[in-house]
Amino acid sequence: MIRFDSVSKVYPKQNHPALRDVSLEVEKGEFVFLVGSSGSGKSTFLRLILREERCSHGQVHVLGRDLARLSNWKVPQMRRQLGTVFQDFRLLPNKTVGENVAFAQEVIGKTRGEIRKSVPQVLDLVGLGGKEDRRPGELSGGEQQRVAIARAFVNRPKLLIADEPTGNLDPQTSVGIMKLLDRINRTGTTVIMATHDQNIVDQMRKRVIELEKGRLVRDQARGVYGYQH
Amino acid sequence: MRAQFVLSEIGVGLRRNLTMTFAVVVSVALSLALFGGTLLMSDQVNAMKGYWYDKVNVSVFLCNKSDAANDSNCAKGAVTADQKKQILADLDKMAVVDKVTHESQDEAYKHYKEQFGDSPLAASLTPDQMQESYRIKLKDPEKYQVVATAFDGRDGVQSVQDQKGILENLFDLLDGMKWGARAVMALMLVVALMLIVNTVRVSAFSRRRETGIMRLVGASGFYIQAPFIMEAAVAGLIGGAVACAFLVLARYFIIDHGLALSEKLSLVDFIGWDAVLTKLPLILATSLLMPALAAFFALRKYLKV
Repeated sequence: MIRFDSVSKVYPKQNHPALRDVSLEVEKGEFVFLVGSSGSGKSTFLRLILREERCSHGQVHVLGRDLARLSNWKVPQMRRQLGTVFQDFRLLPNKTVGENVAFAQEVIGKTRGEIRKSVPQVLDLVGLGGKEDRRPGELSGGEQQRVAIARAFVNRPKLLIADEPTGNLDPQTSVGIMKLLDRINRTGTTVIMATHDQNIVDQMRKRVIELEKGRLVRDQARGVYGYQH
Repeated sequence: MRAQFVLSEIGVGLRRNLTMTFAVVVSVALSLALFGGTLLMSDQVNAMKGYWYDKVNVSVFLCNKSDAANDSNCAKGAVTADQKKQILADLDKMAVVDKVTHESQDEAYKHYKEQFGDSPLAASLTPDQMQESYRIKLKDPEKYQVVATAFDGRDGVQSVQDQKGILENLFDLLDGMKWGARAVMALMLVVALMLIVNTVRVSAFSRRRETGIMRLVGASGFYIQAPFIMEAAVAGLIGGAVACAFLVLARYFIIDHGLALSEKLSLVDFIGWDAVLTKLPLILATSLLMPALAAFFALRKYLKV
């Protein structure tokens, strides 16, 4: 699903690399936590998978494709198989919940029939059935994140990338979001989640990858959060 | 691509940026109206120059039968074959003369018809009312006086005309106006382009959330850029339509009505509607493509895919 071969990333005009010599593999259907303090390279790791950045050394393979060799105009096709969720939800405030989810399908040219079928389905899946016509501003933070997850999942991606999805949510709401991500994972979707949330990592007992100053310092099959921040 | 979705995005974009859109429309309209104006001015100059203007420097007009009755220069009657032969021989001998062309009455009639074909005066004219003439190209156009003094007042010669002298000042003026209009046009064009680039930038910035999401869910670069490009194209097209209206109204109020130059200067051949109408597609196409291209290149900078 994902393979990093001694990947390094140096941003222009910076002396210290954001990632140094990281090698790892994520199999299809895995659930992986990515932990590490701020500036450890988590975001760079995710941006490389999304091909928002290209690595400086080494190779990044996603869904069997070498991203260094993927030409720019093929990147959108690749991204259609990835779903992305962020800490700040990134919903469109002037569109309804249904329109926000439909947006992800409209812009890749899905037909109206497909959209009308899949939007209610995915909203049911995330537990927001019947709230299609509400606007994001009328929803709680947890509900907004569910909309964002619905939008990320509506095109049935093979890989879901979540960058601190519970960062803005209270513990109880976070548990609900984690249950949802777990359910999505059980449908066969690989999930990579960067997080600072110790409780969640400790409870879930999934694979944990820890980065520190750009280096891979831990890769544990059923890990815990494991460091003090 | 879903047309309705794209169209609604364009509408939202144009309305959100109403002041900038308005500025783009006005600047495109002005620059293209001036562009069309310069084209029409060239047409007008060409229409007025007539058949011989660019080909000769001096014309020696010979007396015809009706001149013999009406013109004191032709009191001795219409030109005779001997007189013509003598004039031609004398012309050939002159050092300043480069080339002489003879225009018969029939040819003069034909050229007149070509230039003034649709005027009422042309309809009542017959070939034998036209003047026969020698059209002379000089080695040095300034030496017009040499020919004038040699043939003015000679038997059979009605008049000698410095072909350029008559209209030269007017053409200089029109030419000056044309260049002035071109300079203003170039300036307006630069303004229009900068406005378009800025509008696109503002538009891309105000919709960075949408474009960011589009990028993440894998919308193609074209799909992301199309609304912005079409926005610019629609604004440009509105400007182009305004420019076309300008030109049509200008022709209407300057030549036909209002100033009504065609009545006041009945001897001048003015450009017709066809000259105006043939410019309109060019102006509309420019108004569509120019902003679209400007937006396309602006987006390469402001909208990374």
